[in-house]
Amino acid sequence: MQHFISPVLWQFLVKWLTHFAIFPPEASSIAPYADALYFFLIFISVIGLGAVAILVTWFSIRYRQSRNPVATQIEGSTILEATWTIIPLILFMITFVWGALLYFRIYSPPPNAMNIYVVGKQWMWKIEHPGGQHEINALHIPINQPIQLTLISQDVFHSFSVPAFRVKREAIPGRYTTVWFEATRPGVYHLFCTQYCGTLHSQMIGWVYAMKPDDYQAWAAGSTSGHSLAQNGERLFASLGCNSCHNSTPNAHGPNLASVYGSHVQLANGQYTTVDDAFLRDTILNPTLHEVAGYAPIMPTYQGQVSEDGLIDLVEYIKRLNSNYRIDQTIDNSAGQPVQTGATPAGTSAPPLAPGAVKP
Amino acid sequence: MDSHSIAAQTAEPAHLEHEHPAFLRHHFENVAQQREAATFGMWLFLLTEIMFFGGLFCAYLIFRNWYYPAFVAGSHTLHIWAGTLNTTLLIISSFTMAMAVHAAEVRHRGPLLRWMVLTIVLGCGFLCVKAYEWHDEWVNHHVPGLNFSIQEFTHTNPAYPGDKPLAPDMAEKTQIYYSLYFVMTGMHALHMIIGVSLLAILLIRARGGAFTNGHIAPVENFGLYWHFVDIVWIFLFPLLYLISRHQ
Amino acid sequence: MSTIVSLPDQSTARLPKVSYLNKEYGLKSWLLTGDHKRIAVLYMISITFFFFIGGAMAALIRLQLLTPYGDLLAADTYNKVFTAHGLIMVFFFLVPSVPATIGNFCIPIMVGAKDLAFPKINLLSWYLYVAAGIMMICVLTFGGVDTGWTFTTPLSTHYLNTNVVTAGLAVFVAGFSSIFTGLNFIVTIHRMRAPGMTWFRLPLFVWSHYAASILMVLGTPVLAITLTLVVLERTIGIGVFDPTRGGDPLLFQHLFWFYSHPAVYIMILPGMGVISEVISTFSRKRVFGYTAVAFSSVAIAVFGFFVWAHHMFIMGISNYSALVFSLLTMLVAVPSAIKIFNWAATLYKGSITFETPMLYAFGFLGLFTIGGLTGVFLGSLGMDIHLTETYFIVAHFHFVMVGGMLMAYLSGVHFWWPKITGRMYPEGVSRLAAVITFVGFILTFFPQFVLGYLGMPRRYAAYPPEFQVLNVFSSAGASVLGIGYLLPLLYLTWSLKYGKIAGPNPWQATGLEWQIQSPPLTENFDKTPIVTHEAYDYDWLANKTRNEVTTVG
Repeated sequence: MQHFISPVLWQFLVKWLTHFAIFPPEASSIAPYADALYFFLIFISVIGLGAVAILVTWFSIRYRQSRNPVATQIEGSTILEATWTIIPLILFMITFVWGALLYFRIYSPPPNAMNIYVVGKQWMWKIEHPGGQHEINALHIPINQPIQLTLISQDVFHSFSVPAFRVKREAIPGRYTTVWFEATRPGVYHLFCTQYCGTLHSQMIGWVYAMKPDDYQAWAAGSTSGHSLAQNGERLFASLGCNSCHNSTPNAHGPNLASVYGSHVQLANGQYTTVDDAFLRDTILNPTLHEVAGYAPIMPTYQGQVSEDGLIDLVEYIKRLNSNYRIDQTIDNSAGQPVQTGATPAGTSAPPLAPGAVKP
Repeated sequence: MDSHSIAAQTAEPAHLEHEHPAFLRHHFENVAQQREAATFGMWLFLLTEIMFFGGLFCAYLIFRNWYYPAFVAGSHTLHIWAGTLNTTLLIISSFTMAMAVHAAEVRHRGPLLRWMVLTIVLGCGFLCVKAYEWHDEWVNHHVPGLNFSIQEFTHTNPAYPGDKPLAPDMAEKTQIYYSLYFVMTGMHALHMIIGVSLLAILLIRARGGAFTNGHIAPVENFGLYWHFVDIVWIFLFPLLYLISRHQ
Repeated sequence: MSTIVSLPDQSTARLPKVSYLNKEYGLKSWLLTGDHKRIAVLYMISITFFFFIGGAMAALIRLQLLTPYGDLLAADTYNKVFTAHGLIMVFFFLVPSVPATIGNFCIPIMVGAKDLAFPKINLLSWYLYVAAGIMMICVLTFGGVDTGWTFTTPLSTHYLNTNVVTAGLAVFVAGFSSIFTGLNFIVTIHRMRAPGMTWFRLPLFVWSHYAASILMVLGTPVLAITLTLVVLERTIGIGVFDPTRGGDPLLFQHLFWFYSHPAVYIMILPGMGVISEVISTFSRKRVFGYTAVAFSSVAIAVFGFFVWAHHMFIMGISNYSALVFSLLTMLVAVPSAIKIFNWAATLYKGSITFETPMLYAFGFLGLFTIGGLTGVFLGSLGMDIHLTETYFIVAHFHFVMVGGMLMAYLSGVHFWWPKITGRMYPEGVSRLAAVITFVGFILTFFPQFVLGYLGMPRRYAAYPPEFQVLNVFSSAGASVLGIGYLLPLLYLTWSLKYGKIAGPNPWQATGLEWQIQSPPLTENFDKTPIVTHEAYDYDWLANKTRNEVTTVG
């Protein structure tokens, strides 16, 4: 066969046959749901397009001028028009409900999800595992374990997309966004930045390595930097002088941070809010916007002094204060087990205050 | 079916040139149609302007909601007397403009010219006060991006001893207030400058007797524009100057 | 009720002695004209110029994507090329395409007026367009701009060192050109209608332009102020969109899409107007359900204002607003569906012929249906997560904008060409061009749907090799498409001199514009017409023709 056509063309054709992707792999627990909606949408599209095509073709043949020289004038038909208003409307409403259910499935992480931080910058993805594994443009995850990503950008808009998992989320400068997935098949999958972010946008790509839990543990043990994010955070906490106020002594100027994560606190303006990653990050940067009731607004801003990575370390540290983070640091995280909150062993942190409680 | 057959009939006998006033443009049927079209067009243009300022008001609303203390502190550095004076000037100028339109309607050239001159003077007065304020803000380092300093907001404002000084992170947000202040008042002043220039052109034409011959559409529509610019200020004044004055 | 079609004998037709084309001569008589028809011709020349610049950029994009590793252009050049393609095609071709050319030419005649309400503003609109165009050419000449047509902050304000300010100002100025066009149309349609031309006797072309004009007048100023803020942010750093100073980059997205989503209806609605005229004319039958089609245009305009955040479903807008915007997006799809089915039903019991405009209109029906239905994919929240920012969305809006609007534009240009120039285009080669365009279009953009579901992101200068096959298909299709667009340029130019004389009403169409000579007089009508018939009243036309024959005989 090669003799009959040019070798270059032959090469090309062979390459085509081996590299021809037509449908992305279904590698997450969400993918089958997304694909089901996709096929439903294709189905109604084919029906709609088919209806139009059949009508137009049939009328064109049946009523062409040579066969039907005289047109019959018709005003319209309310019943017919109502039909082709209501049927598409019903189909679109089904699509709406179905799509909304899928949306909430993709953007509502289960409570036991393992959290991984992602910082986008021009033009790379920095992945930070709580256990201290740092990756660039690569993400190692265990399969059959819900993974929640907390995304932020340190410069422009980026978008974190894993087509094989059918998930995507914008990484926005100045605020955390989250997305979750659960990989179901071991493999290596594309990771793209899909939001145009400047010159090397097309090189802001990488791979997601979905691994069997054992392989993942081996990887995690071998790749850790030796310091968990919480440990880094603790050092940063000390070096920024945070513990001069947040030191859980009776005379402290700032709230006790142990077990503050996940609690409801009352703000100075009377509203209640849940302490989550975004709240912690915002209070470090814009303390005045989140004054907690009962404390003087004396906290300085750390805007410009802490990088996004540093903020993640701090947030992770404060989160881990809920439990004895020193015990469950790298070992537990590398095992892919989410840290259970609630345990408050003595020694590392003072007893928690009631939510919104006023300092003694 | 025969009733349909007459389609392109004559609407009126072929019109003779001398039947129409000179200002009637050839593509209009009559003066009333021309005047209605011009007024309608002006209203549409004002709708466009509302959307133009609407984007700014939307931004203002969001940021004021987020950074209320900064907006209060920023507002307290403005000269309320200047704002009030300008509001008065503009309201009076709207009155003089309305009188000018009236003078054109009753075809009195003298009063028309006088009211127009008065409107120009008031408009220029407004711009002078505005320029004074901007200069003042420049001197006090309140221009975002160019010479902004949060110094003043981290200390107690002597004019408002009741105000607590802002924490540095909130004081930074006064920049947003000032950005919006300058963009909004700047856009408004730009409209004022365009307005005064247009009015000057109309004044020159009015001296030649242009608008006292029954053709008042330009004056009338300019009046609409002038009142619109006035109304924008009526919104800007409380939003920018009077935040928390009721407290 | 029946209509016998008898096309007029074109061999006896003569060009009229006096028309808007030969009333005055010289460049000055064109550049200072107030005549809507001359301004339409000026616009047509200028948007054709920009269309082919934008088309050249598209050709570069497709060439670059022929290989996965981006062998042709460096990444920053590629970014400049797709930005130029987007900016030029959106603001310098699609937005003014049908309204400023065919709309400008036809609307005053269709409502029975001598000109638009404000001829000088109409001319000013063209000059603003030209000024914006020159600024855009300057941007391209002096280093280009690589923000993407969306000007996304903070990328555009803080992270690029290209001509963002000039490009922003160019779009600002082009926006005002569009505002003035829209304003002129609304006033003309409201105030300049001939006696007897009631709202429900207006051709649907006028209705769709009315709806589009509302969007132009109300939407464009928001873009203007947004771009002003971007320019100020970039030049002096006011901080409104800068997250490090407390500003909000998402506010920019909201303001931008508040215009730019309605803008897609600004682009498509006039095209829908063309399709109504063409399908009715070539099936010699009134449009099925006139009122529904007219009101669906208005419904699209109204709903179109409240769906902008569907561009932001993955950007962290709250779940509830995502729900509302998704629901409204589904609702805005319904009027389009009504239109499609009404057009299809118009063919029923018609007497159909297949001249070039009709072929393009059939192309529109097919491609716009696909484009519209894939829009439902994207409006569906969960599906949007996977599909947005990929080639799926690129394919979707090209199906709507190019497959829809450009097909409609070409349909309209062929349809009114005899009226504008007084001469016919060559029928054979133009039918060939219509078919080539359709086939080339499907080849170019259908593979991109598959690429999109595979996850290939848009705006990539290089891509993983397994996407190459589909990209090669797409590029191959683009070359076919290119031929499809070059052909009309050639034969339409040819026909200016060598085309057959058209005569006043070569299609036996019912609109007022077909009852006057081709090309028309500068003042359009000898006498102001009195309208006694509905739009698309072919019986009236048949009677009129019969009477004329009798009178002459």
